[in-house]
Amino acid sequence: MNIIFYLAAAVAIVATLLVVTRLNAVHALLYLIVSLLAVAVVFYTLGAPFVAALEVIIYAGAIMVLFVFVIMMLNLGPQATETERGWAEPELWFGPALLCGVLLGEVIYLILRMPTGTTLARVGTPEQVGVALYGPYLLGVELASLLLLAGLVGAYHLGRRAPHEEPGGGV
Amino acid sequence: MVPFAWIILVSILLFALGAIALITRRNAVAALMGVELMLNAANLNFVAAWRYYYPDHLDAQVAVLLVITIAAAEAAVGLAIILNLYRRFGTVDLDQIRLMRG
Repeated sequence: MNIIFYLAAAVAIVATLLVVTRLNAVHALLYLIVSLLAVAVVFYTLGAPFVAALEVIIYAGAIMVLFVFVIMMLNLGPQATETERGWAEPELWFGPALLCGVLLGEVIYLILRMPTGTTLARVGTPEQVGVALYGPYLLGVELASLLLLAGLVGAYHLGRRAPHEEPGGGV
Repeated sequence: MVPFAWIILVSILLFALGAIALITRRNAVAALMGVELMLNAANLNFVAAWRYYYPDHLDAQVAVLLVITIAAAEAAVGLAIILNLYRRFGTVDLDQIRLMRG
């Protein structure tokens, strides 16, 4: 199980690096899906299969399809890629990257000295999570559903074309 | 068993990369991807803490469910805003979008 975790974590980090560095939005999106799938594997190795399934179904499935559709509708050309290229200059990156590297080294040093936790009981099957969701956490489920409803209404309202606006018009 | 520190390290790296994407990308869609990455790193943190420190409580898994809900709602509203920006300005380059009123 350990080697699976390390491999999946490495894949997640590399894929996420590529999300940041790919200039083309579609390429970045594909790497983002890889990264989310790798994190789902990490969840599974940690003993949370329900969360792993949610990650694949909702994140890598539904949300990413939304992104794909929007990128398709935006119809970004090569000129958008050129705009991003200006931000990849090494001299722009060196100073901040060095400083953040120092901070990262400190964080690594600190957490490696942290005492590790205890091992676990077998909790976290989908059944147990479901029982918990509709028992003590019912309010949370209701709040989540309200939030989703608000998101739905908001997205519909924002995406609606105003009646006076001519189709395809820009400023 | 993987040391707790490694999982937290992965989570930190993912969060930092998401923040970098959010700050440096000029494409609005890519910036939104950065937000998704950061939320995902928070999820990883929740699950790791549950597994190593509170294995008898399911709080973390419920929290992950809420975070995923927030991510879905945020993606829907954010992408609708981006479509609106594109309709008004003809671009999703965040450097060229400077006015709140179209």
